[in-house]
Amino acid sequence: MIAARLQSEPFDSAIVQAALLAGRTDLGAAVAFTGLVRADEGLVALTLEHYPAMTLAQMQAIAADAAGRWPDTIGTIIHRHGRLLPGDSIVLVVTASPHRAHAFAAAQFLMDWLKTKAPFWKREEWADGTTRWVEAKGSDDAAVERW
Amino acid sequence: MVHLLYFAWVREMVGTDSETITLPAELTTVAALLDWLATRSPGHAAALTDRSRIRIAVDQAFATAATPLNNPREIAIFPPVTGG
Repeated sequence: MIAARLQSEPFDSAIVQAALLAGRTDLGAAVAFTGLVRADEGLVALTLEHYPAMTLAQMQAIAADAAGRWPDTIGTIIHRHGRLLPGDSIVLVVTASPHRAHAFAAAQFLMDWLKTKAPFWKREEWADGTTRWVEAKGSDDAAVERW
Repeated sequence: MVHLLYFAWVREMVGTDSETITLPAELTTVAALLDWLATRSPGHAAALTDRSRIRIAVDQAFATAATPLNNPREIAIFPPVTGG
């Protein structure tokens, strides 16, 4: 089971991981990845717009796909929306499995798919007052192709 | 009647986040819909100029230009996604 959550509030990676692992002694590996707002020179804020009716369902579909590929792996994915500041967390992927290979692979798969198949759009606000929509990267499409 | 939704710079260029319209019956594919929408206003036309930068969801499932339209309730038009 890999659970998906969509929220504007911050998350605490350690608490999410502890909740995921609670009561389980058969797991030998946990991976936690956090995506952050990087303070590129002059960046004031990053606003994540999304498609409310579709976003969580799409995140759950991605989670179910990963759970099907790595049945011994459990996890939690959280994606934030709204206006975020440099240093803020954007996305969390926590996975756990009996051995590390599946936990690493599932975490990377989930991030690659969240980047290319979940309906979010980032808008940057710059110190000079301008705004700019982030362009999708070909390298993200390439990353998802390998799965 | 179909509910059209626009996101990110598509929303800004079209000038609204949604509109409810009756589609002409001859629009049977996503590609035909986009061609028709582009005639609705200069904003629609500008947003839909470069189809390689446009993505579509029909009834909340990702679609392509060739996807047939079978009485859809909701069609969303947006740029390639940039989450994560």
